[in-house]
Amino acid sequence: MIALSVNGRPFTVEAESDTPLLWVLRDSLEMTGTKFGCGMALCGACTVHMDGKPIRSCVTPLSAAIGRRITTIEHIGNLKVGRAVQDAWVAESVPQCGYCQSGQVMSATALLSSNKNPTDAQIDAAMSGNICRCATYPRIRAAIKRAAKKLAT
Amino acid sequence: MIENVSRRDFFKTSGALVLAVAFPDAHAQAQAPLEPNAFIRIGADSTVTVIVKHLEMGQGTYTGLPTLVAEELDADWAQMRVEGAPADAKRYNNLFWGEAQGTGGSSSLPNSYEQLRKAGAAARFMLLGSAAERWKVPAKDITIAKGVVLHKKTGRRAKFGDLVAGAMTQVVPADVPLKDPKDFVYIGKGTQPRTDARAKSTGAAIYTQDVKLPGMLTAVVLHPPRFGAKLKSFDAAKAKSIPGVVNVVQFSTSATNGVAVLAKDYWTAKKGRDAVTAEWDETGALRLSSADIMADYKRLAVTPGTVAHKSGDIESAMKSAAKTVEAAYEFPFLAHASMEPMNCVVALGSEGCEIWNGEQFQTVDQMTVAQLVDLKPEQVKLNMLYAGGSFGRRANPHSDYLLEAAAIAKANGEQRPVKLVWGREDDMRAGYYRPMYYHELEAGLDDKGELIAWRHAIVGQSILTGTAFEGMMVKNGVDATSVEGAANLPYAIPNRLLELHSPKLAVPVQWWRSVGSTHTAYATECFLDDIARATGKDPLALRRTLLAQHPRHLAALELAAKQAGWGKPLGKDKARGIAVHESFDTVVAQVVEVSRQKDAVHIDRVVCAVDCGVAVNPHIVAMQMESGIGYGLSAALAGAITLKEGAVEQSNFHDYPVVRMNQMPKIEVHIVPSSAKPTGVGEPATPVIAPALANALAALNGSPLRSLPLKEVNFT
Repeated sequence: MIALSVNGRPFTVEAESDTPLLWVLRDSLEMTGTKFGCGMALCGACTVHMDGKPIRSCVTPLSAAIGRRITTIEHIGNLKVGRAVQDAWVAESVPQCGYCQSGQVMSATALLSSNKNPTDAQIDAAMSGNICRCATYPRIRAAIKRAAKKLAT
Repeated sequence: MIENVSRRDFFKTSGALVLAVAFPDAHAQAQAPLEPNAFIRIGADSTVTVIVKHLEMGQGTYTGLPTLVAEELDADWAQMRVEGAPADAKRYNNLFWGEAQGTGGSSSLPNSYEQLRKAGAAARFMLLGSAAERWKVPAKDITIAKGVVLHKKTGRRAKFGDLVAGAMTQVVPADVPLKDPKDFVYIGKGTQPRTDARAKSTGAAIYTQDVKLPGMLTAVVLHPPRFGAKLKSFDAAKAKSIPGVVNVVQFSTSATNGVAVLAKDYWTAKKGRDAVTAEWDETGALRLSSADIMADYKRLAVTPGTVAHKSGDIESAMKSAAKTVEAAYEFPFLAHASMEPMNCVVALGSEGCEIWNGEQFQTVDQMTVAQLVDLKPEQVKLNMLYAGGSFGRRANPHSDYLLEAAAIAKANGEQRPVKLVWGREDDMRAGYYRPMYYHELEAGLDDKGELIAWRHAIVGQSILTGTAFEGMMVKNGVDATSVEGAANLPYAIPNRLLELHSPKLAVPVQWWRSVGSTHTAYATECFLDDIARATGKDPLALRRTLLAQHPRHLAALELAAKQAGWGKPLGKDKARGIAVHESFDTVVAQVVEVSRQKDAVHIDRVVCAVDCGVAVNPHIVAMQMESGIGYGLSAALAGAITLKEGAVEQSNFHDYPVVRMNQMPKIEVHIVPSSAKPTGVGEPATPVIAPALANALAALNGSPLRSLPLKEVNFT
């Protein structure tokens, strides 16, 4: 049994310590908002926060999450920045197929948590690890700017 | 806020096997809902549930179709709900496909446009009748706006829910009048948000990947190393020793074969799969490399092919030509690479088979799966969930991955549901690619430089031969999907010949967003620019001359050119390219601006104009143009599946790169005003970006680009 802190709550899970955090979240904790896309940290669909920093949960072993604060898409909307990002996502009608958007929202929230007013180049740098095959990128950019504006008021 | 009822109830009841039907809210159950037709359910709580017959895979159909109902019903957008339709081709067939149900060919909105408006108008008629009876006033004096039913003279008002009981007895005339377009409040406005935006921004939306049923096992598979290889033997001892691995089975379907490891969860199943060793019989396996295939295609191209189009007298015209221009184009295999790798949940019983899937091809899937599991098609129940992208992949004419899931469930025994999950590598190497193609073109010009002859040969696998669609869409040896966009070339050229070669190859192929146009648009639009260069003509001016009989092409072209400032000087190290193409009855024109930055090229801007008839939701039209451009750009810049001695060389996004945020150009979308019936927007932007970009690059560098992807160009 391994103790884990996810979304501010303690959990104990029965899984091998080398199991990627992604599958612990999805299969053991039944938090399916975090998505599987590539398994190699190439697409960002599995992005969650560990101590507030974005990580790719598909290559993060469970052992590396012990004693850390894990935040997922299921909880990010309860936090100010996350909520503003999700509202901006809806206002800009960002999602198309939507499968990558949990990861996009988590990356964008991490960006705006550390940089209140990112430039286009900073948005590129923070978001280019997240693939969207529907190419919603222009609307993601617009939504990040909208959320930044909202958070500044 | 709009929620997707079926998904919400799915959450509530997940665990139960019966999930396809969403139940009305508890407080509404005392009063049965009004169901005027197969597409609408109005609850006593005034919610209007639209039963959408098409798969929501990103294209916006869960917003577009409810818009049509809300318009004619005069509903408030906030009262609209969405539910995916069950498999039932009698009620939910695609009207463009005869008796078949499914989503594809950019047809969801066009085929539903009148059907769902009429459904909404019928419901409105019943609500009006109910109010008239209750208030004892003439129906013509009652108005409905934003979900409020009002008799102005007496000030009486009601919500839809209040009128449900009385509405049930109303007899709807066969021909309910539809709104005059000048009275539209939703159509053409785009003010309403997408119905799926919130759930898809919060992780709440349910995809096949998220389905969990009691006792369910996850299956991860070992596929053959080469197309055409058959499983000879396998050793499962190591896999079975892993705690949590429940079973290891072999499977064989008409589409594929291999070994499946079933376990309590994905990671355990994957570990098990990685521990399986297998021997394959490769006597019938494909051993060719991509270069071998292309060499074969080049040899074929110079031999006589099957005539796909013939007008005028090509031989005489070529003989009389004062000048000829020639070009050849090469296209690789392409994977769809949707974000959600293919997956499928199957619960198999002796009485039926229930499937959860990003379901795109109901009628074909029901028939194919039923055959495998010895049931009748109607005993295969399909639950249509959100799809994490498809781009054509989930409408597989062989039902490949559904069959695989069903075969694994069957091999495992009926007692436990099975979720088949492909990893990215499995998905990328499983085939069903956009075929490789080779094109050769030759143009004849008279002594004034006028285009008098156009000879075109296409070589590449037929997508439809050997499928249920062969009889319908392969005529006289010509697969319509191989030549669309080329056979119907809009340019006025008096003498024209198109020949097709459809060699057989063991690589499974399939339609890929915009199908034949993925290659025909590139070959024809780049070649036209070659001709413009050869004759010293402006590419826009040349197209204008040749498109005089095609007002929609002209309008899109002129709009894109105007908005892009075509003809205005750009300055040093900058250039523009233009292309126009019709697919799925929609015309798209694009102008691409590029600039040279040191040793790299930057795509500065894409201006896109589209004629899709009435733009029911201009925002979604713009989103689909952007999406199509991004998808087409991925293929143009880097997309290629290559074979080495029959084995697929790519496996994941590191060797099959796709466009990311930093590579996405600025895009402007302009819609040609139109009052014609709407045409599709999911695909038609995709084929235009590559030729528009290549034409811009040729203008910048002076030399044409004749092979995709554009590997020789270094993009910033």
